[in-house]
Amino acid sequence: MGDLAFSGLAIMTIVSAFWVVVSTNLVRSAVALLFTLFGLAGFYIFLFADFIAAAQVIIYVGGILVLIIFGVMVTNKIDDPEVGSSSRNQLFASFGAVFILSILLTVIMRTEWKIGNITQADETIRKIGSHLMNDFVLPFELVSVLLLAALIGAAYLSRKDS
Amino acid sequence: MDNLSTYLIISAILFSLGIYGVMTRRNAVAILMGIELILNSANLNFVAFNRFSGMEKLEGQVFSIFVIVLAAAEAAIALAIIINLYKNLNTVDVDEADSLKG
Repeated sequence: MGDLAFSGLAIMTIVSAFWVVVSTNLVRSAVALLFTLFGLAGFYIFLFADFIAAAQVIIYVGGILVLIIFGVMVTNKIDDPEVGSSSRNQLFASFGAVFILSILLTVIMRTEWKIGNITQADETIRKIGSHLMNDFVLPFELVSVLLLAALIGAAYLSRKDS
Repeated sequence: MDNLSTYLIISAILFSLGIYGVMTRRNAVAILMGIELILNSANLNFVAFNRFSGMEKLEGQVFSIFVIVLAAAEAAIALAIIINLYKNLNTVDVDEADSLKG
């Protein structure tokens, strides 16, 4: 049962990711990206990362994807039925992508990965919170300053008369 | 099925699909989607390594939270730039945005 669900998730994620990069209609690309992100949230649940899965659904699906769809809607003429995006260099790019993929697969297959003794983590949220406030407090604060800067920068860039 | 190599292979496939999207697309929003795929594949690697090295510490998950936050900031800034590009040049085709070319 678990294997079946896992294979289904893997197929859904990869097929929709493929659809994201080849579809000529940008709205369809965005909808396929939705399925990819949901599939990844499913993988996080398989990996006992419940908080990351929730954050993935809330931030990516609820935030970034909506933002991308807004971007598609604003920057294309709505009366144009084919909200289109042509591609170029397909041959060269597919060669490069397959090259990178083959290198990565070789490395993954040949390496002897050290597997630790797997414990089912309970209370991940409490552990993540204590990591954020103890070991990672400097990156945490830096990231919060960066978010503030991004907020101000985005608002400034998209003003009416800049 | 549920072992480390499977997750790494899925993440490698997502990564190369994202590379392909970034290299072939001409629409700037579509390039942004390819970048999102790449960031997500890195995230999957972080969480998978964290899971299979034992879960006494959750540093991988903390890192993936940082990646998600950076992706959100990046998407907001990139879309502001793209909308400005559309206002100024009336296109989002990155091939036509070559005003800085000598």
